[in-house]
Amino acid sequence: MNAPRIRAPRTARPGEIVEIRTLIEHPMETGLRHDSGRTVPRDLINRMILRVNGETVLSAEFRNGTSANPYHVFFLRIERTSELDFVWTNEAGRSARGNARIVVA
Amino acid sequence: MIGRRAALLLAALPFGALAGDADLANAIRDQVGDGAPEERGIVLRAPATAENGGQVPITVIVDSPQTAALHVAAIHVFATRNPTPGVASFRLTPALARAEIQTRIRLAENQAIVVVAQMSDGSLRRASAEVRVAAGGCV
Repeated sequence: MNAPRIRAPRTARPGEIVEIRTLIEHPMETGLRHDSGRTVPRDLINRMILRVNGETVLSAEFRNGTSANPYHVFFLRIERTSELDFVWTNEAGRSARGNARIVVA
Repeated sequence: MIGRRAALLLAALPFGALAGDADLANAIRDQVGDGAPEERGIVLRAPATAENGGQVPITVIVDSPQTAALHVAAIHVFATRNPTPGVASFRLTPALARAEIQTRIRLAENQAIVVVAQMSDGSLRRASAEVRVAAGGCV
């Protein structure tokens, strides 16, 4: 799997709500699509987990209706300097990781 | 003419639609059980017409204080007329300051998107939005 892209601010004030954007390039093949008369094999990222300072704050399960190149935006409250650790996992158990650090001065 | 009329009658019969509705009901039950959701407290933003069914942007915002006492535990997204109804489930915690998720989904044809939210107190909410799809996404 390709390296994910994560957009997060580098700094935040204590208690600030920050926007996080993530994108991972992936075809998200459902196994239902045909190309030139052949079925394209299923190849799906089915999990995303975000841990902040080691604690899971958001997890997601993706099914057939999630678009190729899964893209997500959400909003975190940042109280202290935060290490964001993302893991995407496909149905074969392979995973890709991404990180971001938000410093609270 | 008779053949055409018969075809039109067949097209009007609801068997296909019923199968789809059963799939949707099963998919929702698999995620949230048999509870009856209230039709309130969710804003579901989706385009009225999607040019590309493969990448339809949606925003789900649940009215929730996002405190330890009361927050959104999960947001489930379903497509009513795709070959399979499942789109995604998001499991939230109070660290998500807003119960808001933006994503992109696939829609094979014109249909309704259904969102069901599970609150931390066990209550359920539901919202839906109709989307016209100009070019269906490869699902």
